[in-house]
Amino acid sequence: MDLLNAFVALSNFVLVPAIAYGSQLALGALGVTMIYGILRFSNFAHGDTMAFGTMATILITWWFQGMGLHLGVLPTALLALPFGIAACMVLLLFTDRAVYRFYRAQKAKPVILVIVSIGVMFVLNGLVRFIIGPGDQRFADGARFIISARDFKEATGLDEGLAIKSTQGITVITAVIVVAALFWFLNRTRTGKSMRAYSDNEDLALLSGINPDRVVMVTWLIVAGLATIAGVLYGLDKSFKPFTYFQLLLPIFASAIVGGLGSPLGAIAGGFVIAFSEVFITYAWKKVLGYLLPENLEPSGLVQLLSTDYKFAVSFVILLIVLLFRPTGLFRGKAV
Amino acid sequence: MTGRNAYQDDRGNKDRSITNPDGAGETPLRDGGPAVAAPGGGPFLIGEAMTGGYGRSGPDILHDCTIAVDRGEIAVIVGPNGAGKSTAMKAVFGMLDLRQGHVRLDGEDISALTPQARVAKGMGFVPQNHNIFTSMTVEENLEMGAFIREDDISGTMEQVYDLFPILREKRKQAAGELSGGQRQQVAVGRALMTEPKVLMLDEPTAGVSPIVMDELFDRIIEVSRTGIPILMVEQNARQALEIADKGYVLVQGRNAYSGTGKELLADPEVRKSFLGG
Repeated sequence: MDLLNAFVALSNFVLVPAIAYGSQLALGALGVTMIYGILRFSNFAHGDTMAFGTMATILITWWFQGMGLHLGVLPTALLALPFGIAACMVLLLFTDRAVYRFYRAQKAKPVILVIVSIGVMFVLNGLVRFIIGPGDQRFADGARFIISARDFKEATGLDEGLAIKSTQGITVITAVIVVAALFWFLNRTRTGKSMRAYSDNEDLALLSGINPDRVVMVTWLIVAGLATIAGVLYGLDKSFKPFTYFQLLLPIFASAIVGGLGSPLGAIAGGFVIAFSEVFITYAWKKVLGYLLPENLEPSGLVQLLSTDYKFAVSFVILLIVLLFRPTGLFRGKAV
Repeated sequence: MTGRNAYQDDRGNKDRSITNPDGAGETPLRDGGPAVAAPGGGPFLIGEAMTGGYGRSGPDILHDCTIAVDRGEIAVIVGPNGAGKSTAMKAVFGMLDLRQGHVRLDGEDISALTPQARVAKGMGFVPQNHNIFTSMTVEENLEMGAFIREDDISGTMEQVYDLFPILREKRKQAAGELSGGQRQQVAVGRALMTEPKVLMLDEPTAGVSPIVMDELFDRIIEVSRTGIPILMVEQNARQALEIADKGYVLVQGRNAYSGTGKELLADPEVRKSFLGG
C-alpha cells in the first residue's frame, strides 16, 4: 500500500484534468443556462458559437505571433481573446438581429426557437469550416507546464509524477474570475437584476420600464463572452477542431440540465459532475489500484470501466438518471 | 379561430429540457409612436370610446368603452365575469391594440405609446396575476419597480416600507415565499416605486382573506390620500363602490352604468344585477 503515490497518480490522471475539463464545461453550461433562462430556449448553436469565437481568437493569435507579439510564459491566445470575444459578440448580435428577432416579435413558442437555433447551428458549422477548415489546429504557446512530472519527482522523491499543464492552471483561474464576475453582475448591478427580472416575469419587467431589447442584447453579449472563453480554454488545453466543438454540446447540455436549467450555480456544479464522471469512468485504474491494494490482489487488467470512445455515453446516462429521479436538477432550476 | 398564428402553435412545446415557458410575456411587441398634445380639458386619465381585442385579428372584447379617473379620485370598474374589466385596464395601459378610441393622460394623447413608454409618462400598473418577481427579494422587487428612475430611490422605498411595514421586515426574503396578502403589498409597492402620477390596480384583493382585504382597501385609500388618482378593477363590487368617487359597471365590454360610487350603490338596477339585491 502506498497512499501517497496513489494519490499523486490519481491527481495527475484524474483530478487535475477533470477540474480543468469541468471548468470548461461549466463556462459552456453557463452560456446555455443564461439563454434558457432569459431567452427561454435551449440554444443548439452554442457549441458552434464556441467554435466561431475560438476560431476568431486563433486567427488573431496567429497574426500576433506573425508580428512577434508574445506574452512570455502565457499563451498569446490570451492577448487575442478580447478580440475573439468582440468578433463573437458581433456574430451573435447579427444572428439575433437577422434571425431570432423576427421570431420574438411573433411571440413564437420556445420550441420554434429551438428549431431555429438548430438552423443557426448548421450555418455556423459551415461558416467555421469554410474559414479555418475542418482539421485540427494547435495554437498554444508559452510555457507548457507549471510543474512537470520530472520536476515533481525530483522535488518529492516519489515514484509518481504530478504534471500540471499551464493551460490547466489558466483554465481554472480564468473560470473562477469569470464566474465571480458574472455572479457579481447578475446579483449586484442594475442591468444584471433587470435580466433576472426579465427572466422571472417578462410582462412585469415591461411594466417596470425594463427595455426587453436591451436585456436580450446584453444576454447575447455575455453569452458571446462565456462561449468564446470556454472555447479558447478548451482549445488551449486540448486542440481546436470544429467537429469536437459541435460534439461538446452534449456534455454541456448535460451539465446545464444536471445542475438545474436556468440556475447559474447549477451549471457550474453540473459541469464538474459531468467532467468528473467522464474522467472517472474512462480512466484505467490499474496504476492507482496497484498502489492501494495488497500485492496479491493487484489487478491484471486495465480496470477501465469504459473505453474513452464511449465517454459521451457517460453524459447521456447521467442525463437520463437525473431526468428520471430529479428532473429539476441538483439546484432546483426550472422544472423539466 | 381565424388568423391563427402558426408561430404560437404549442405542439412539441412540453419538453422542458429544451423549452422554458416560465415567465414568458404575452404583451405583443410593437413599435410605439409619440405622444401627441391633445386639446385641453377632460379628466386626468381617460380611455375614451375604446374598441379592441387581443391579437391582430382576435374578436373585439371592448365596444366603445370609456373609463376615466381624475386627480384625487378613486375610480372603480365592476361588472360580471368576462365583462372585459381587466381588458379595459390593459387597453388603457397599451397592452392590447385598440382599433378605435383614444387614451389621454394629462392633456396628451398617448394611444400610440408602448406600455414601457407609458410607465415613463407616470402610469403605474399592478396586474391581477404574476404581479411580483417571485425569485427576487422584496427589496429587489421594489428596486425593479424604480428601474426607470435615475435619482435616489431610498426615500420612496422608505415611504413604501412605512405604508406596508411588514415588507420592511421581510425585505431580504424572496417575494415568492410570502403569503397572498403580502404579495399584493409587494405588487402595489413595486408600482408605487416609480412615484406614478396615476395608479392602476387590477383586482388587488383577488384571492386574499376578508381581513386582509379590508386592510388592503385601507392602504389603497391611504395611497389615494397622498394625491395619486387610482383606477381599479374589483370583484367585491359593494365594498369597492363604497370607497369609490366614480364607478363604472361594464357588461360585455360596454359601459352599462356609470356614476359616483354612492349613486351606483343606490341604483336599483345595479343593486339587482350586480350587488345581489
